[in-house]
Amino acid sequence: MNVDAMNAPQEVVLSVEGLRVYFRNEEEVARAVDGVDFEVRRGETVCLVGESGCGKTVSALALLGLLPRPPGEIAGGRVRFCGDDLLDRDEEALQVVRGRRIGMVFQEPLTSLNPVFTIGEQIAEPLRVHLELPESQIRQRCLQLLHDVGIDSPEQRLAAYPHQLSGGQRQRAMIAMALACGPELIIADEPTTALDVTVQAQILSLMNRLQHAHDMSVLYITHDLGVVSQIADRVYVMYAGVIVETGAAQPVLRNPRHPYTRALLDSLPNRRKRGRRLYSIPGSVPHPAYKPAGCPFHPRCPRAIDACREHFPGMCVFDDGQVARCPVAAGRKLTDWCRS
Amino acid sequence: MSPETTSRAFGLEEPAAPKRTRFEEFWRLFRRNRMALAGLVIFAFFFGSAVVGWVLTSGNRPLFDPALVRLQEKLRPPLATPQATSLKPEERPVGGRYLFGTDDLGRDVFARMLQGAWVSLTVGFVAVGISVAIGIFMGGLAGFYGDRRIRLEQLLVTAVLLAGASLLTAGWRASGAWMLVLGHAWLFWSISPWGIRCRKSLPAGLRFLRKNTLMVDTLIMRFVDIMLCFPSFFLILTVVALLPASIYNIMIVIGLTSWEGTARFVRAEFLSLREQDFVSAAKALGVGNLRVIFRHMVPNAIAPVLVSATLGVASAILTEAGLSFLGFGVPPPHATWGNILSDGKRFIFDAPWLTFIPGAAILIVVLSFNLFGEGLRDILNPRLRERQ
Repeated sequence: MNVDAMNAPQEVVLSVEGLRVYFRNEEEVARAVDGVDFEVRRGETVCLVGESGCGKTVSALALLGLLPRPPGEIAGGRVRFCGDDLLDRDEEALQVVRGRRIGMVFQEPLTSLNPVFTIGEQIAEPLRVHLELPESQIRQRCLQLLHDVGIDSPEQRLAAYPHQLSGGQRQRAMIAMALACGPELIIADEPTTALDVTVQAQILSLMNRLQHAHDMSVLYITHDLGVVSQIADRVYVMYAGVIVETGAAQPVLRNPRHPYTRALLDSLPNRRKRGRRLYSIPGSVPHPAYKPAGCPFHPRCPRAIDACREHFPGMCVFDDGQVARCPVAAGRKLTDWCRS
Repeated sequence: MSPETTSRAFGLEEPAAPKRTRFEEFWRLFRRNRMALAGLVIFAFFFGSAVVGWVLTSGNRPLFDPALVRLQEKLRPPLATPQATSLKPEERPVGGRYLFGTDDLGRDVFARMLQGAWVSLTVGFVAVGISVAIGIFMGGLAGFYGDRRIRLEQLLVTAVLLAGASLLTAGWRASGAWMLVLGHAWLFWSISPWGIRCRKSLPAGLRFLRKNTLMVDTLIMRFVDIMLCFPSFFLILTVVALLPASIYNIMIVIGLTSWEGTARFVRAEFLSLREQDFVSAAKALGVGNLRVIFRHMVPNAIAPVLVSATLGVASAILTEAGLSFLGFGVPPPHATWGNILSDGKRFIFDAPWLTFIPGAAILIVVLSFNLFGEGLRDILNPRLRERQ
């Protein structure tokens, strides 16, 4: 964990303000992302945590302009990357950013690699698209990248097809592709979910090492709080398309303020809970088209009061600088509840 | 510590998937399929003889002259030696025998078959090449850009412009020019600020054209359906009867009427490939749409296209033979299997080899292609592979 990086004020690489992504069909509007704010500073690792379907991946795709439109639409908000607005850009201007300045690592390394091309060709792809390098340099760079991500005998691996590599090697190759053009930000969308725990640990330490070596920022999307505690500098917890809690990773995990974060942590198995029945959050995530009025978490929340049913809670700053969207936990008066 | 260093430290072999390239894997499976292999071998044989035949039957003084008429030697059976003493030395067949006999004009059937092989195979391949190119283009458009919408107005303007251009080329100068002017005027008006401003106050008909849209997918796939409604052989027959008879026209017409199957295949493949992770991954790397389509998606979609193309070659050869048999095919001095057959049918009882030999050749080539195509399909489709 990068403790120095957390204290010093730093340049903001990516800032997302009030991002809304809706999916529309004839009958209903699914508000998949409903006003999300977050920022990633230079050199830091930010985790976006939440259950499946809470809008993590959609936010990431939306900020790169990769959302299928229609049915998706960006209904509002701003995405600033190093100062310029990404949502304003047209497709061609976005292509210059994608792959070159923002790399993306996907969840399933097997399906994210094209089965008909060799690893070498696929790693060379971003180099060919973005940098006008001679063929010999492209090969050099591919070898270097494979070496950097810890794939041994790179010469032979360059000529291998995705099905000839193991899961961990594939994900390393995906990381090499994302790194190819030396991006400032890497968006990793659950890169270790498809891998087993030992390989996951290797990949995480690899990403950590590469991040420091290349001075990159990482936006890490995951549902795994264990991963968060290993790598995150800061964390944003999402629920039903909104950020419900944010702060430096360790305080949030040690002392969660939002009932949802607390419930998530309570449902993790650990040594102290051995022999006891594991907690599970009652109910299920609301359908994005039919979210409850008021706080989206109130039907499942143990601390919900009447006001939670009517008013959408704003972000509340706690004494120690942690921020959570729960006025009840913060002990606020009803008058402070309106949306900030 | 990375797994590589540990495995090296303990002297362990790193586990790896079988080191076969896709082609080796493919070839291994293909060899097991006897019928397909036989098809390939027979096809290779015919292809070779077509190329050799093309060399041997063309030029000023070919070794086998398919057009050489020896009236005194007509309707000689296969393997017959020339009898007439009046033959000039250069008129005697190579090897001193008529390998496949002679026809009613005393032309060497073997030489004509060689020439016909070249014609049949070129027609087959070029026609299929054309149909596959159109099919990939149309199917790709429908599959990738299918959910884009086109305004009826834009369609109509395009139709007017196309009609104008074709009227001009067909010789109706005045009406063609009027159509073109009208189309351009409409186009300019609809994008001019004035046209945009009075969008609200348009008459109902025009507003209908403006407001209503059609999906690209609907447009293309319904066009495919319409094309499939025509009995294609009769369509080809009509077009060929209208156009001047030439081998190129036949290739083009067969190509233009047989792309629908490929378009459907490619559309279906594209619809599923478009949602694949590696396509989003390529986009996330900043690869442009065209490069995504042609570099990442087409190679993945090519397997079923290859199969339908192989089967298409067989049917194109059959179509050409049928056209030539009916007298609408390649014009007479050129020999094709179809017109050898058609010329021979008058002598079917006196000289059965004139119909039997080209008929058998067509049968064998088409059969070999179908076997090869089916074999390819079994191999390229993993679900069918399981059965073996």
